[in-house]
Amino acid sequence: MSWFRKPSSAPLWREEFSVFTADERYVNRRQFTKFLTLTSFGMLVGNLWILGRSLLRRAPSYPRLTVAATGELAVGGVKTFTYPTAQDPCILVRTAGDTCVAYSQKCTHLSCAVYYEKAQNRLECPCHQGFFSIADGSVLQGPPQRALPRVVLERQGEQWVAVRMEGETT
Amino acid sequence: MTPNPPQNRGLTAIDGAMALIVILLIVQIWLLSATLESYLAGHREAAVPGAIISAILFAACLALYRFVRRIDSDVRRG
Repeated sequence: MSWFRKPSSAPLWREEFSVFTADERYVNRRQFTKFLTLTSFGMLVGNLWILGRSLLRRAPSYPRLTVAATGELAVGGVKTFTYPTAQDPCILVRTAGDTCVAYSQKCTHLSCAVYYEKAQNRLECPCHQGFFSIADGSVLQGPPQRALPRVVLERQGEQWVAVRMEGETT
Repeated sequence: MTPNPPQNRGLTAIDGAMALIVILLIVQIWLLSATLESYLAGHREAAVPGAIISAILFAACLALYRFVRRIDSDVRRG
């Protein structure tokens, strides 16, 4: 505490509440400076929180999940599923005869659900008109700054199986 | 030209220190937002330098606050 308040004979109230008008300018400035310093401490805590999250973050584990049968969707067809957990909505799109792609359905801007716009062959976020490439999930237009995380699919016989995520952020 | 009385000199010094703290705080706010943006983008390498620089900026703010306290107590005592 001695860093913030020097031990003195004067009581605390006399330091914090000025009796003389001339002193009031000093007290006001000192208190405002204390507020600014505490705000600075808050910024430091924020940075330390990010550091802690970065250091303590574990590598996510990805289960194998059967997403769809190969004949289940027509070309241009869409199926939604959750991966890797039940709280992570994803979207599967059959883009060509033998090709399927899957992405996280959460827009990287503000997490609205993206949908497949077949006419434009792209993924669209209706909230703020963010557009993503169906080929790789990259941003084509709009406020999002990051590509959609991609679900890596493997074909096992007649089934599409999700094996991991790529480009996942937090 | 009238000489600047000690009371006002103290105020000038405190105002200067406050201006410096405000500048440091703006830099720190920018640093926090940039580090957070980088972290959310999946780049964790910015977290360590961000925290170190933020700690330095906070230490500078703390030093300036102590300076303000000292000026305040010196002027008001004497």
